[in-house]
Amino acid sequence: MRQFKSLAFIVSSAALLSACSAPVKLTDTPVVERSTERTAPPAADSRDIRPVETGSVDPLNDPKGELAKRSVYFDYDSYVVRDDGKPIVEKHSAFLNKNKARKVLIQGNTDERGGTEYNLALGQKRAEAVRRAMGTMGVSESQMEAVSLGEEKPKAIGANEAAWAENRRADIVY
Amino acid sequence: MNKTLPVLLFCAGVFAAAATPSTLAQVRVEIAGVASNQIPIAVAAFADEGVAPAQVSAVIKADLERSGVFKVIDAGTVLSESSAIDYGLWKSRGADALVVGSVRRGGDGRLEVRYKLLDTIKSSELSTMANTVQPKSTRLAAHRIADDIYEKLTGTRGAFATRIAYVTMHNSRDYRLEVADADGEGMVVAAYGKEPIISPAWSPDGTRVAYVSFEDRKPVVYVQNLVTGARKVVSNEKGSNSAPAWSPDGTRLAVTLSKDGHSQVYGVNADGSDIRRLSNSSGIDTEPQFSADGQSIYFTSDRSGGPQIYKMGANGGAATRVTFKGSYNISPRLSSDGKTLAWISQRDGGFSLYAMDLASGQELRLAEGATEPSFSPNGKYLMYATKGGGRTGLAVVSVDGRVKQRLTTQAGNIREPNWGPFMK
Repeated sequence: MRQFKSLAFIVSSAALLSACSAPVKLTDTPVVERSTERTAPPAADSRDIRPVETGSVDPLNDPKGELAKRSVYFDYDSYVVRDDGKPIVEKHSAFLNKNKARKVLIQGNTDERGGTEYNLALGQKRAEAVRRAMGTMGVSESQMEAVSLGEEKPKAIGANEAAWAENRRADIVY
Repeated sequence: MNKTLPVLLFCAGVFAAAATPSTLAQVRVEIAGVASNQIPIAVAAFADEGVAPAQVSAVIKADLERSGVFKVIDAGTVLSESSAIDYGLWKSRGADALVVGSVRRGGDGRLEVRYKLLDTIKSSELSTMANTVQPKSTRLAAHRIADDIYEKLTGTRGAFATRIAYVTMHNSRDYRLEVADADGEGMVVAAYGKEPIISPAWSPDGTRVAYVSFEDRKPVVYVQNLVTGARKVVSNEKGSNSAPAWSPDGTRLAVTLSKDGHSQVYGVNADGSDIRRLSNSSGIDTEPQFSADGQSIYFTSDRSGGPQIYKMGANGGAATRVTFKGSYNISPRLSSDGKTLAWISQRDGGFSLYAMDLASGQELRLAEGATEPSFSPNGKYLMYATKGGGRTGLAVVSVDGRVKQRLTTQAGNIREPNWGPFMK
């Protein structure tokens, strides 16, 4: 594939260079060149080859794409999707509605304060909140599973509000 | 998951424990509080106890001391069960009781451990026992003797020959379910992996442990046969599966499932069949625990706003509230004699261990900075996890709050203790 590309490059460069080799006549009166009246590009060489990449890129793998953000954050003692989480819910719901074969695991988390099993249940509430929000946007139940990691897999370690806030979170996992 | 590896580790651990007697403790016990009235008891060195891989009289002394109930006097001499006893001498040394014994090697390689418990005041024999064990079970024979002494002098069955299970975490990536003797010795890794393990629960016969594993990116309840290493998934319903608790007859487990959209208590057979919903609220119901008679299930519910402890029949039905003080009460645990409820209450900003006499409703604060309590099978002690200085550890407190022990370990983090049952 690469060989064809460079060959194509060489071929098209050669074509360009040959087009530019004809000298431009300079006159005193300025010649206004209007792009719409530019002469048609040089006729393509019938032996040109322009390479094409097959298959579409998985939008989930694009780190800058709109599906890159997968975490929904929650306030302390809250199990309601905040305004800043709604765009994430919308984007992933739209993707799942277009791609019925895709499934997500929604993992809810809590900060480390409190009992292990009760925190597992609180994390579950966060996951369910995201699952219900996606459900109201039309995503079918068979495409989603809401589960909890409780306080067991913290993203940030520390007994301070910054770490706790980072861990009060539900993640959409494909 | 490779099933044979945990079995190999189990075997290796047992041999290691037998080869290196007292100092291979992963968990060290420090005593910080004792009972108000201690029974003075003298313990002699046992005749020929050097033939065993562990020093029987030392194990007995440590057990009795750790209970907080005895003032242990070192007899400073060897006395066997057939030695002539000068009761007056021991009485004058302040001992109310005297422990003597011997160890003998049998022809088949097994050890016979004999002992006698003597009453110095009545100049009589209170108890005698003979245990024949493989050398690797020397410590167990000594614990059984300590149990017998404890029972004869306090009226309550001893728990020295029991085991504990707990979870350790190393470097946030290695999780191990470990089983050790109640004194912290003889640790064996029962299960290990890269994902968290929580909520271990011993089966009533002590051969299996139920626990929650996150190896499938979600909480799933497993039951593992400790002897064979075989694991069975007991509950992997859609959503989260957690908080396993055995019925007293070992045939069913109560669990918390989120399969119907929110965390509720369900019952399931030990083989995973016949799931039945037991609790019914629109909020969180979790942490089920059977009462000792198997007739009731206590559990945590936030149906009134914050988490409180409730009680319902073992087959579900109407629930009655049990805790009323404070706004955060979780982790109910029931003593085997049915008399005491222990739980964790958030008061004054911290989490404390409380005990309630169920007949009178009287509460007693037992320890601060405590979570995840577990009763000893004789109902006299509670083991719990402590959080301090960024690390977690285990501690023990007696039900009257007087006897305190700390279990320290070199391991990173140690939590989720579960005290095993009496075994033969």
